Amino acid sequence: MPPTVAEGARFQFASDQSLLVSFGAKITRPAHELVLKLLRLLESEHVPGIRNLHPAYCSLLVKFDPLRLRHADLQAMLEQYLSRLEKVALPKPRLVEIPVCYGGEYGPDLLEVSALHKLAPKQVIELHSSATYLVYFLGFVPGFAYLGELPDGLITPRLPTPRRKVPAGSVAIAGNQTGVYPVVTPGGWRLLGRTPLAMFRPDRHGLSLLTIGDQVRFVPISAQQFAALERA
Amino acid sequence: MSEIHIQAPGLLSTVQDLGREGFGPLGISPSGAADAISLRIGNRLVGNAEAAAALEMTLLGGTFVFPQGAAFALTGSDFGATLDEAPVQLWASCVARPSQVLRVGPTRSGARCYLSVHGGIAVPLFLGSAATHLLSGLGGHEGRGLRKGDVLQIGPTNTPFRKGTLPPHVRQRLSPRNILRVTPGPQHDWFSDAARRAFLSSTYRVTEESNRMGLRLEGPPVANTFADGTYGGEMITEGVPLGAVQITAAGLPIILLVEQQTTGGYAKLANVISADFHSLGQLRPRDEIRFEQVAWDTARSLLIEQEELLASPDLILES
Repeated sequence: MPPTVAEGARFQFASDQSLLVSFGAKITRPAHELVLKLLRLLESEHVPGIRNLHPAYCSLLVKFDPLRLRHADLQAMLEQYLSRLEKVALPKPRLVEIPVCYGGEYGPDLLEVSALHKLAPKQVIELHSSATYLVYFLGFVPGFAYLGELPDGLITPRLPTPRRKVPAGSVAIAGNQTGVYPVVTPGGWRLLGRTPLAMFRPDRHGLSLLTIGDQVRFVPISAQQFAALERA
Repeated sequence: MSEIHIQAPGLLSTVQDLGREGFGPLGISPSGAADAISLRIGNRLVGNAEAAAALEMTLLGGTFVFPQGAAFALTGSDFGATLDEAPVQLWASCVARPSQVLRVGPTRSGARCYLSVHGGIAVPLFLGSAATHLLSGLGGHEGRGLRKGDVLQIGPTNTPFRKGTLPPHVRQRLSPRNILRVTPGPQHDWFSDAARRAFLSSTYRVTEESNRMGLRLEGPPVANTFADGTYGGEMITEGVPLGAVQITAAGLPIILLVEQQTTGGYAKLANVISADFHSLGQLRPRDEIRFEQVAWDTARSLLIEQEELLASPDLILES
């Protein structure tokens, strides 16, 4: 089906039970706000026939029950919601601090990243921990937050060959993004350090330490502080 | 409470139901049975609600003892099972007397076989579902595949049980396909007409690197540039649906399965239709498959037909 555009959004059939709503084809803060507002609106109203929502940088994938809705029905409903987005007030974002022990065994790529940018490891740590990042969305695996944007001086391509196992808590960068691996997974991002915090805990309210729209700062800690926090 | 004692776990056996929808904003995919239709029918055969938890076995089944006895059914692929040496009929309910041993062997057909028990498998629910999510170690039995010595609880049997079988014509209509029907993916126009035609006329083979997250295929690479060498666009990570056919940088397709990542950065050329999802769950490494494009309305009517068949009150033949 050719994509259609309404209220500044583009609609595409992604599968026979999902519709992709995109706000432009660039990663921007305004596009993120539209994604977040549409997500919050749909979450708050429990629209019959909608089964799941997958937010991303500038799009929202809406999964629906194909026995109850057709793409056109859902699109007509979503257009109504889109016309209300302007009135959606987002709460003031939370600021979450994440302690990180940089380098050494926790950040095996710190030296290579430093060399790539002709910086001292200390400068890389300063740059990475100086910025306030936005949680654009959670995706990939449970609790993985896509954080942006890295300071220009730290923009780094992915590893040519992904690691088969990245330890949980690894703080990593790729392109102009940064993030923390919540569980052990394969991964191609470059590892700068590790946090002792659990990013995803099934027994905790809200499950994930971070949520879409949060602001994040990384706070450098020593190996001793890491060990103390890990025990806590 | 009745129990199932695991004497041998098989290659990969997990507790599954129909999965947990609704947690995409946290990056959690639904998980659940890779062949949901076999799980649903297994539950129907033992008198459970369709979505009750059952055991999903992969390629090689396990050995199970029912100390208190149980009514059970095996559905999905034929793993050559025996109950105290006597062959067990697939797609039929059976009764195990106390201490009888069910041995489920290696597959003779597809990738997965389901063991449903009257009362369902009772595990603590995580986010409303019993489904195991292996990557994050959540749900099911301790978030993992079963091990020798594990004990599973059988839930209360407060629904009636009658012996029954699935009629052969229903089995025939629901049997897994190796020609998967697809609709166009959101980036299908990033591929040239020639590349799309080649994709639809090629045979692909499922590789060993396939699992519940996705099926990695090998075969003729799909060209992801146009004749003049340009790309169709620059991909920005976006939400990905079940059955998405992603094309990697090397031009090889990956089909997303039930334990999929929730977002992805590969261009999606096509998407397997809902009516063929259960077929994905039965594909084994080295199986050969092809793709056939269908219209959106066809995808919808095939699903409606399938659901009408599954909803029919005489789906199960009482014996």
